[in-house]
Amino acid sequence: MRAFATNKMQTKRTIFRNRWLPYLLLAPQLAVTLVFFLWPAGQAVWQSFLREDAFGLKTTFVGLANYTRLFDSPEYLNALRVTLVFSVSTAALALLSALLLALALDRTIRTTRLYTTLLVWPYAVAPAVAGVLWWFMFNPTIGILPYLLEGLGYDWNHALNKGDAMALVIIAASWKQISYNFLFFVAGLQSIPASLREAAAIDGAGPVKRFFTITLPLLSPTTFFLLVVTVVYTMFDTFPVIDATTGGGPAQGTTILVYKVYDDGFIGLNLGSSAAQSVILMGIVIVLTVIQFRYVERRVTY
Amino acid sequence: MVENQRWLDVLAHLTLILGVAVVALPVYLAFVASTHDPSAFVSGLIPLLPGDAMGETYAAVLEGGVKSQMSVPILLMLKNSLIVALLIAFGKIVISILSAYAIVYFRFPFRQLAFWMIFITLMLPVEVRIVPTFKVVADLGLLNSYAGLSVPLIASATATFLFRQVFLTIPDELMEAARIDGAGPFRFFRDVLLPLSRTNIAALFVILFIYGWNQYLWPILVTTDEGFTTIVAGIKRMADVVDSEPLWNYIMATAVLAMMPPVLVVIAMQRLFVKGLVETEK
Amino acid sequence: MAAITIENLGKTYAGGATAVTGIDLDIRDGEFVVLVGPSGCGKSTLLRMIAGLEEITEGTVRIGGREVNRLEPAERDIAMVFQNYALYPHMTVRQNLSYGLKNRRMARAEITRRVDEAARILEIGQYLDRRPRALSGGQRQRVAMGRAIVREPAAFLFDEPLSNLDAKLRVTMRGEIRALQRRLGTTSVYVTHDQLEAMTMADRLVVLRGGRIEQVGTPLDVYRNPVSTFVAQFIGSPSMNLLPGVIDGGTLRLGGARFAGTGAAGPVTVGIRAEDLTIARPDAEGAMAAQLLTVEELGSQRLGYFDIAGERVVAAFPAGQVLRTDMALTVSPARLHLFDTSGCRIAA
Repeated sequence: MRAFATNKMQTKRTIFRNRWLPYLLLAPQLAVTLVFFLWPAGQAVWQSFLREDAFGLKTTFVGLANYTRLFDSPEYLNALRVTLVFSVSTAALALLSALLLALALDRTIRTTRLYTTLLVWPYAVAPAVAGVLWWFMFNPTIGILPYLLEGLGYDWNHALNKGDAMALVIIAASWKQISYNFLFFVAGLQSIPASLREAAAIDGAGPVKRFFTITLPLLSPTTFFLLVVTVVYTMFDTFPVIDATTGGGPAQGTTILVYKVYDDGFIGLNLGSSAAQSVILMGIVIVLTVIQFRYVERRVTY
Repeated sequence: MVENQRWLDVLAHLTLILGVAVVALPVYLAFVASTHDPSAFVSGLIPLLPGDAMGETYAAVLEGGVKSQMSVPILLMLKNSLIVALLIAFGKIVISILSAYAIVYFRFPFRQLAFWMIFITLMLPVEVRIVPTFKVVADLGLLNSYAGLSVPLIASATATFLFRQVFLTIPDELMEAARIDGAGPFRFFRDVLLPLSRTNIAALFVILFIYGWNQYLWPILVTTDEGFTTIVAGIKRMADVVDSEPLWNYIMATAVLAMMPPVLVVIAMQRLFVKGLVETEK
Repeated sequence: MAAITIENLGKTYAGGATAVTGIDLDIRDGEFVVLVGPSGCGKSTLLRMIAGLEEITEGTVRIGGREVNRLEPAERDIAMVFQNYALYPHMTVRQNLSYGLKNRRMARAEITRRVDEAARILEIGQYLDRRPRALSGGQRQRVAMGRAIVREPAAFLFDEPLSNLDAKLRVTMRGEIRALQRRLGTTSVYVTHDQLEAMTMADRLVVLRGGRIEQVGTPLDVYRNPVSTFVAQFIGSPSMNLLPGVIDGGTLRLGGARFAGTGAAGPVTVGIRAEDLTIARPDAEGAMAAQLLTVEELGSQRLGYFDIAGERVVAAFPAGQVLRTDMALTVSPARLHLFDTSGCRIAA
């Protein structure tokens, strides 16, 4: 997918000369794209300039009022802050543990495949199910983790304590993403020529020094790529995790931006505000995608 | 290995074993919970070893009914999930491979525009256009239908680009030879391109099946009729009990059933899965 | 079997770049014509235009008297052998050979007969159930040939079919392709950048340069009477020596020697084949002083590299010929090739 940016419009030397066939081939994809992607996106943009009255009877054009209101609203600012904390923590946890596991795997020889199998399958677990599993483990009444924490003198309750709730969604979201990052780190490590590390070893660099001077710099393209992917994941794919564990609570302590769009749009029925939030999210995705694709070109010259 | 440092090897194995344990623990506990009857959960701590009520629990949730507080049997949800996941996976593959074919092997007006339209879908995940997309689906009368559950999700820039990459690596001469051999666009696609993309299709299928199976937000929105609930979406409805304690054994049995199919697919096709995952990001 | 007639053929790309232009060529029925030239000369484009893989923007191509400009490749009754063989990797050899016939809805029994016949001719019978991956380069080349043969087309088109093979196999396959073509009598157009391949295989050579035909003729004709310094240097190994000379009053002055020359007065380029230079007495008429630089031992002959009046010149001698540092070389005036300053041959 990323390689596309470098050679945009390549075709074959010879081509079929059929005039209508290519349109027919593209028709299903374009129809779905138009009806379910572009049209709704356009609607969201349009809606974001409108406001409905309380009974849904009258709609007025309000320009950027929905946007200005958002940035005046403490709830939205709270959602931004929550998203930031959640994204950064989840990305850090998911990347660091995956890197640690990949480094450990890189030292093994015969057991590599077994460990890989045992570590990759959470990728297949639905985020919603991951949420339910951790919600069960952290259940204040019967969960095993609160029980252990109690032994340490900590009274866990994510239904009341915002910090606990945040920790819960971070752990559940990271757990699900570790396998993905792990696979890419393993691939990244394998692509580092053994000769480089051997040369460093001959030069007298110990394992820790080797990691920081050889492995980590050479792994930086992979790391950067995974960072972007994980941030996208935390911002857009973790809705189920939150919905299944905390429902955005307590007191909006885990309401990330995507959750708020849903909440305002479907529960609160505040369409104008929800649309404005959607548009802001689109902006964020576009920025992240551009970063991802610009990084491709850098990777090529690396 | 660069040098033999036993303590590093030991540390590596310890790290991995710890990792495997952390990764497996939630699933193990869920499984254990699903093998006990409800009385096991009143003691204040979840059981740590499997019980003997496994058969009853799973039978109860699969059939549904009063006992499990489920109006819809899990068996039906599993069926729905399977149908939706297959529709999404096949749908994405079919429309993407056709689009990629058009873009790579034909030159036509508006080709660039078509390409960018597909590319833009990357930037519009369903989560950011939930409300208007829901409206479109509602207006088309697709709520509570398999089409409504799958069709809005089957546009795929990622899959299109993957097939495009695959096609670009197929030598030009193969198409030229086929044309000289009297194969038109249809025959070339069916006789040469499809067979040569087989492993890529399979790898992509694994990824997309998981993607489709694990959908959550979209099914919740477009199904009000419980007969169309997928298992991943349904598990939430089950856990949402207001007044009483959740029926842990049933919920966990459902969770186990919900993750079983995609997890098995990943384990059974690990090689294909890794290939698919890494290649879609190329 | 058919003749191929090409009239004023040209190809201009949408961007305005011209690949070939003004090509007129008559290929007789059963003839083996080789298109040769350096890379970028348009030889492959020309072949692909005959095949129908490249659109014709000017002129016409006729195969067997029928204009084919607008016809699909499959409708032109030609078969093509590609440089990378272009075998379908997922099909067995038998399926590769039959694919084109199946697409033409040929009867199953006839397909089997033709495939078996081709397999027998090419001695690939034991590989029919294998995939191309399991074959060596030479075997794949045969299968690619087989795919052309089974079609029994009006013409074979070869696009550098041997350049992926190692040197030894290339020589063998050269002979085999030619023998096969003689036996079948199928009109063939063969593209190569290798002048030796061109020389050894062609009934007629077509030397291309910058999208135009430079010279057409039998290999010997082209070798002996190159129309330009370009052809002179391109055809033949080692390359023809080119030296500056001056014609003045019916005399050609060259390398300090004088030859009875003809034509207009003025500077000329003189071409001499390596094998036409002979050792002479220093005081003989037409003797050029030559300093030996290096010697290349080829076994069957010795190549001496000399300095003649500041120009580097190569001469071929029989094996064992003694060469000294200071020698004199000469050439029969009849073997001199004269070119004008623009590189065109001056008619003798």
